[in-house]
Amino acid sequence: MACLAASWRDVVAAEDALGDALVSALETWPRVGVPDNPDAWLLAAARRQLIDASRHAKVEASAQPVLELLVGQAQHEVVPGTVFPDERLKLLFVCAHPAIDEAARAPLMLQTVLGLDAARIASAFLIAPATMSQRLVRVKAKIRDAGITFEVPGSRELPSRVDTVLDAIYAAFGSGWEDAGADPRRKGLAEEAIWLGRLVVRLLPEEPEALGLLALMLHCEARHDARRDTTGRYVPLDQQDVTRWSSAMIAEAEEVLATAASAGKPGRFQLEAAIQSAHARRARTGHTDWEAIALLYEGLLLCAATTGARVGQAAALAQARGAEAGLTALDAIPPDSVATYQPYWALKAHLLKRLGRADDAEQAYARAIGLAEDSAVREFLSRESAG
Amino acid sequence: MKYTILVYENTADFGARTDAKRKDAYWGAYRAYTKALTDAGVMVGGAGLQPPPLATTVRLRDGKRQVQDGPFAETKEQLGGYYVIEVPDLDQALDWAARCPSASNGSVEVRPNLSM
Repeated sequence: MACLAASWRDVVAAEDALGDALVSALETWPRVGVPDNPDAWLLAAARRQLIDASRHAKVEASAQPVLELLVGQAQHEVVPGTVFPDERLKLLFVCAHPAIDEAARAPLMLQTVLGLDAARIASAFLIAPATMSQRLVRVKAKIRDAGITFEVPGSRELPSRVDTVLDAIYAAFGSGWEDAGADPRRKGLAEEAIWLGRLVVRLLPEEPEALGLLALMLHCEARHDARRDTTGRYVPLDQQDVTRWSSAMIAEAEEVLATAASAGKPGRFQLEAAIQSAHARRARTGHTDWEAIALLYEGLLLCAATTGARVGQAAALAQARGAEAGLTALDAIPPDSVATYQPYWALKAHLLKRLGRADDAEQAYARAIGLAEDSAVREFLSRESAG
Repeated sequence: MKYTILVYENTADFGARTDAKRKDAYWGAYRAYTKALTDAGVMVGGAGLQPPPLATTVRLRDGKRQVQDGPFAETKEQLGGYYVIEVPDLDQALDWAARCPSASNGSVEVRPNLSM
């Protein structure tokens, strides 16, 4: 798909052509056998489809030499054993192009690079399936009509463009561990996001932030099984049974993060991964260094002052220096940004309770429970509120 | 835009309303959800409904009244209440619907209101 779209610059047409090629493969292969290089066969068939389709559409004469070139390529590529270039990096950059609506970038990536269907993506992002389909169709039309180029950006532009690719992958991963109890797997796309993260690392091995994102996702995913106890109850991070963490995933995360750090170019994802790495250390040392975590958050806030990071910092400060310090940090967050941000209210309730302010705590617990989506989290907060 | 969140509950959830062990959790979750809607300034109105056995359905057919005990259709999940909210778009209405306690066990339907 990436190969076709990159040479044709039209995601919709490439998808249609590949679909037709697959149909003709289903018709042909059972009769004559599977070709030695099925990928190349499909690519060649799809290219013929594209060429036929555009001839029908009466392409301008100027496009003719390009068509002939492609016909040549298509014939060339049916030679067994031919390896065609990995164009997925270009496709990733197109999907996360700044001209494309930010909310559509991750869904577009999941559909075009991973081939997920629109209904599944819609569920993961809690969007009506019809709306999601329309959005995907609209952005693909924009890619074609606005002439967004299928190219890896030049070195000057590269860092900011890589950031948008990584942001989209992170959006697919889920809202992150700090979302009191948010289980990224609930969205069902944690594995897909990690797959995309590995792909970017393979295609851009020199990019420390890509490594940082992969390390971050691996650390979060390593704790998947520990987020619920054996009876299905929600368990907060600092009470998780470390023997239920995946030591293999943590080891990989640590190795990836070390490689990232050796570049000497810290960034948002590396810092977030470092915070998770500090939490993971509890498996070896038996305790959590909250001062270190608070300090890492301070660094994180300098490069990405998100509400999530500010709430995370407040939690670390509360652990390191007491509930009062945590509450002060929470109160400094603009109220508008936390009106419906569940983790803020969960943390606030917890700190108010620790300070003995029972009435205020009860109000905050009610707010946190009302904003929770996960029934296990709702039950956890009810127990905390009552106990 | 105004949207109505229709809350469909299963028999077990209707039972939780009066079950000694489960009622505190049930009502606590709904009180909290309602408060969150109000605090966020999106609440327009709504009501919780008594369970389906208390429903009475009325039809007029060929000028004749037909009155039936129970809800209009026997389904596993029945309407248990509704909220009317005012939010900018469907995406945000779905965000609120997902937080509704019954979304975990029953079903929550979101419909845009007709403007009259």
